[in-house]
Amino acid sequence: MIEAVGLTKRYGDKTAVYNLSFQVRPGAVTGFLGPNGSGKSTTMRMILGLDNPTAGQVTIGGYPYPKLPNAPRQVGALLDAKAVHGGRSARSHLLCLAQLSGIPARRVDEVLGVVGLQEVARKRSKGFSLGMGQRLGIAAALLGDPQVLLFDEPVNGLDPEGILWVRNLMKALAAEGRTVFVSSHLMSEMALTADHLIVIGRGQLLADMSVTDFISANSADFARVRTPDTEPQLREKLTSALTEAGGHVLPEQDGALRITGLPLPRISDIAHDADVRLWELSPHQASLEEAYMRMTQGAVDYRSTIDQKSGLMQPLPPGAQPPMPVPGQGQPDWYAPPSPQEGGQPFAMPQGQPGPYGAGQPPAGPYGAPGAGQPNPYAQPAPAAPQAPAAPPAPPAPAAPADLTKPEDAR
Amino acid sequence: MSTPQPPMPQAAAPDWQAAASGSPYPSYTSPIPVVRTHLGHAISSEWTKIRSVRSTVWTLGVFLLLVVGIGLLVAALVAANQGEESLSGQNPLSFGVFGLLLGSMCIITLGVLTTASEYGTGMIRTTMTACPSRARVLAAKAIVFFAVAFTVTFASVLLVAVADVAMLKGARSPSGGEWLKGTFGISLYIALLGLLSLLVGSIIRHSAGAITIMIGLVLAPLVIALFMFSSALEKVRQALFDYSIPNQLSAFYTNTLSRTGPTGWDPVWIALGVTAVAFAGAVALLQKRDV
Repeated sequence: MIEAVGLTKRYGDKTAVYNLSFQVRPGAVTGFLGPNGSGKSTTMRMILGLDNPTAGQVTIGGYPYPKLPNAPRQVGALLDAKAVHGGRSARSHLLCLAQLSGIPARRVDEVLGVVGLQEVARKRSKGFSLGMGQRLGIAAALLGDPQVLLFDEPVNGLDPEGILWVRNLMKALAAEGRTVFVSSHLMSEMALTADHLIVIGRGQLLADMSVTDFISANSADFARVRTPDTEPQLREKLTSALTEAGGHVLPEQDGALRITGLPLPRISDIAHDADVRLWELSPHQASLEEAYMRMTQGAVDYRSTIDQKSGLMQPLPPGAQPPMPVPGQGQPDWYAPPSPQEGGQPFAMPQGQPGPYGAGQPPAGPYGAPGAGQPNPYAQPAPAAPQAPAAPPAPPAPAAPADLTKPEDAR
Repeated sequence: MSTPQPPMPQAAAPDWQAAASGSPYPSYTSPIPVVRTHLGHAISSEWTKIRSVRSTVWTLGVFLLLVVGIGLLVAALVAANQGEESLSGQNPLSFGVFGLLLGSMCIITLGVLTTASEYGTGMIRTTMTACPSRARVLAAKAIVFFAVAFTVTFASVLLVAVADVAMLKGARSPSGGEWLKGTFGISLYIALLGLLSLLVGSIIRHSAGAITIMIGLVLAPLVIALFMFSSALEKVRQALFDYSIPNQLSAFYTNTLSRTGPTGWDPVWIALGVTAVAFAGAVALLQKRDV
């Protein structure tokens, strides 16, 4: 059990982590998510006693890390796969760690077997690929057969087989009753591996809830309805009928309608009553990735922009069409489609419902749950890029609705 | 490479009963016995570390080459060119100092690398996670490095000393005290110089920076003293010269008390004092700073 209370870390006047409180319980894989620079690694270093918190504290099994009796036998960590002296062989590296915590040398060969590095055990780790380095780091974390495991980006650089292995390893470790705390940027991986999520942005807690709760709280499930293309008046008719019934209708670029606020059978009934034939009526649920993007959108520090190559471009010959931008590139709100409604109700966090671990205070702050009646700051379609490109000859990308065709493919 | 089978079959029989009481959560207890760790564990770990990297082999190899090679070369040259009376009254051990002065750079480098390379590679985070007692890690590093540096220096200095005495027939035979100072004493001094480098490496956390500082410490006072022409600075110049490390090294071979500056075993006490202060500073910084 890892427990952080009011954890704060400042470097000079930059606050890396601010007032972070959470619990990581045993027997489950807890995912630790956040954009680059949101304070994930700093938090992990503080858990391991490498960095001293400016305020607050974090304990493992009730003790601060440095006070744990034989800490490496209770906590294993993969912080950085490159935190290894490259001139030392894999086996010597693990051996010196084993000796430091009084683990029999036999165990070194065991973990080398577990991670599949026996054949290169006597090679210097300088020549290891990123994936082999990760395996060595995982071996070091498993060395003490600890009860609490921390992994920072464990699947970085692993091959598909290695990713599958890590996924099963995490689950197996948690099933044995251990505490497993994993940070990752691979949402698809997290959706498969983690049971519980802790999401931070700019050093503050954004969410602490189970994966399913997280997805349903942070994404807009919607129904897509398509009326016959040949009869546009049917579409108008259905739109007004659905709006009358309390649904929110948003036209998509290709003529389909995106509907929220009404269950599928009800939409079918309304269409039937309005005498409108349907070509498509399908449910769409957002992926973890989409839900994550929506939640952390306001907390992203390092955002990519379009590579404009301004001043480097040849003047276009007269009459030539500038190339269309590739959809998605440099469009920060690509993953987060504009809300189908203004109220933001589907994005609200579950109110008044205590979290499964008791620490379920709804995350506060600018990124937290919008209060009732308060519009969700992310519900409005964001304007294009923050720094509007002045130079590009390209026509403005097809406006917001064009983006709507994409998100559900991201699953 | 690996297969997606359940990992760690040896951990398949965890003791579920042990920690299950009192906690609402499941718990895992390792079948591997937990021992209470102490400095001995850290020392064996550091010993594994120091002998499993090539920089140790390289720096100590070059050290041996310089000390023994130059020592024997100087002895051979002096023996070939000596006149009848030219060496009379000279301490034959003193011809080992040239090689040792150059060789000390290798010991300095190894000392710095023992600590600073862990910061350069990030290994320090792994080490400090495996042993949260930071002072214990530094103490183990100091002990292991000092033992290695002293042993290697003493062996090579002894070899050169024996060769010097055998080859330079014209010189007087050194007394027991001179033997002790010229072999054991100077080895102690060189090893302490290396230990100081190790501590500077821990304070600076950067290999190149720490090596530069240590080489500056060895050479700068002598070089600065050379350029102090003004008679007003005569005292400063003399002090810089007396306490420069090359001059302190030569103090191990002379018996005269007439000279100014450190004599007898003074250099060892000076080095011991400086190293102790550096050790205290390094430990304090290690506790205070983030890894």
